[in-house]
Amino acid sequence: MLVTYIQAINQAMHEEMARDDNVFLLGEDVGVLGGAFKATDGMLARFGNERVVDTPISESLIVGAGVGMSIQGMRPILEMQFIDFISCGFDQIVNMAATLRYRHGGQTACPIVVRGPCGGGVHGGLYHSQNPEAWFFHVPGLKVVAPATAYDAKGLLKSAIRDDDPVIYLEHKFLYRRIKEDIPESEFVVPIGKAALRKEGRDLTVIAYGSPVHAVMKAAKDMAKEVDIEVIDLRTLLPLDWKTIRASVGKTGKVLIVHEARRTGGIGGEIAARIAEELFESLDGPVMRVAARDTHNAFSAPLEEYILPNQEKITEAIRKLASY
Amino acid sequence: MDERKERELYFWLRLIREFEDRVSALDKQGKVQGGVYSGKGQEAVTVGVCHDLRADDWVFPLHRDLGAFLVKGADPGRLMAQILGKRDGFAKGKDSFLHGGDFSHGIFGATSMLGATLPVAVGSAYKFKVRKEDRVAIAFFGEGASSRGDVHEAMNFAGVHKLPVVFVCENNFYAYSTPNELQFAVEDVASRAQGYGFKGEVCSGNDLHAVMKAAGKAIHRARGGEGPTFLECKTYRYHGHSEHDRATYRTEEELVTWESRDPVERWETYLGKRKYDIASIKTETTERVRKIVDDALAFAEGSPLPEGPEAMEDLYATPVTEG
Repeated sequence: MLVTYIQAINQAMHEEMARDDNVFLLGEDVGVLGGAFKATDGMLARFGNERVVDTPISESLIVGAGVGMSIQGMRPILEMQFIDFISCGFDQIVNMAATLRYRHGGQTACPIVVRGPCGGGVHGGLYHSQNPEAWFFHVPGLKVVAPATAYDAKGLLKSAIRDDDPVIYLEHKFLYRRIKEDIPESEFVVPIGKAALRKEGRDLTVIAYGSPVHAVMKAAKDMAKEVDIEVIDLRTLLPLDWKTIRASVGKTGKVLIVHEARRTGGIGGEIAARIAEELFESLDGPVMRVAARDTHNAFSAPLEEYILPNQEKITEAIRKLASY
Repeated sequence: MDERKERELYFWLRLIREFEDRVSALDKQGKVQGGVYSGKGQEAVTVGVCHDLRADDWVFPLHRDLGAFLVKGADPGRLMAQILGKRDGFAKGKDSFLHGGDFSHGIFGATSMLGATLPVAVGSAYKFKVRKEDRVAIAFFGEGASSRGDVHEAMNFAGVHKLPVVFVCENNFYAYSTPNELQFAVEDVASRAQGYGFKGEVCSGNDLHAVMKAAGKAIHRARGGEGPTFLECKTYRYHGHSEHDRATYRTEEELVTWESRDPVERWETYLGKRKYDIASIKTETTERVRKIVDDALAFAEGSPLPEGPEAMEDLYATPVTEG
């Protein structure tokens, strides 16, 4: 079945709500409108307005009420219309949901999914382009996933809904309708915590996730005659699939980390530090990063182009790293 | 109300006071690891609201509502262990005081972000409503927390969906040191209810009868599908914000005035008027609550402290092995 990335997300929610009547959906304009991007298209008509709730513009309420439903046995999906707005629900995520089980000594689970469109490349400007994963990567008690393909978008969302812990699900809006993929008709899930080895190679490892995975794959293909690149798509950011990273670094000895989020304080820094601590002997070169420049997500095309990673910047970094 | 009920209510008032006085004394002896937030003086609020709740109703207490824990059924020994940071506390030592609830009795543990439990209470109430369960959620908060956005967002949503929730505002006139006139420009916080499309009521939080009457009506409305109520109980805390706060921002006269309206003594006066043998009720109750608190403390002192590596437990319901 040929689907776009956003159709895969829509299917995952339809299937899980049909499978389990404890699954609810809350968000701004998710019902009558079917979502600002149509991710929740058809859900109100199918599941009714008790389970598909158009909320007031209240992100903190959306997350907090989700926690309240979850302790009563429900499994709410909580949509942030743009993931940028998640900062308005930040306290409910990091202090309420993430600590819920811990501060109750294991008495309860907190099966909520907070999902929404992240990422740039669509001239969304400062408040419609953000990549907030690093804020949540720092918080124990959360899980963070960021699919790059339609298959993973569907499989990871289904896993996230079934998971008993709070999951931040980052869907990249640049991919919504730009990728179309053949996925199985039959039921499948993608496990949380497992990276995907997108391409095997001997010379150099590129670790990426979300939208940049596609630029990395294209670069790897275009540079095939020059350098044999291995590509890891993390898929889950918290917790990291360290086993897959370790095996690859042990083999290639060179690592480039690519993410669209800002460089300073980004996830790449943590991965690089851990590689330095635990795999120093395996390295044949510095762990390098290609990430967004340390500025805000500027709007106008030349500015955004300057800020975000692209195939050209990735290719340049690969050449530099390969030369070691 | 029959005598049995009146004496039971007196027992709750006295148990809360005895428990909190003991915790304050332990704190002075340096036996409590963290902060102690006494609700002494406010006992009638939690007793009046919780005394008639069902086992499957939920309460969302604030940091001063030790009484809600006790009246809703939490084990006093585990509660004391919680306060002493022991393994048998509800949080197994992972957080202090009232941050760990007791889910088996429908008691939610708050965070320190005051008012943040209101959206959670509202989410629970939403489930009760759509599943046609005649259960209620009780969300306690202070007049200080009423300034937070979470309180507004929660009340607004509860009003839209007519949810079975009672918002109980314990207005004790100070948010830590900040007096009400710097917190809001209205006399009664409950007047805000009008803006959310439901009823607001004000009562004396030191008068158990008044709290019971107002809370009873609000709970009845919630259970009957008539939606939320904003119930403001005017009361006063005798201690500072926490035990280390000497509360120099208020006058001695003010404290004395409020002590003259003490909720426990007030109930004793009432029992006396009912021609019960108040002297023997007092003696009997004193022995009973002391024994409970002594036993609770003995249990808590006997409970082990957690081991360091337990800090890594209970983070996830379904942990992912890193490999």
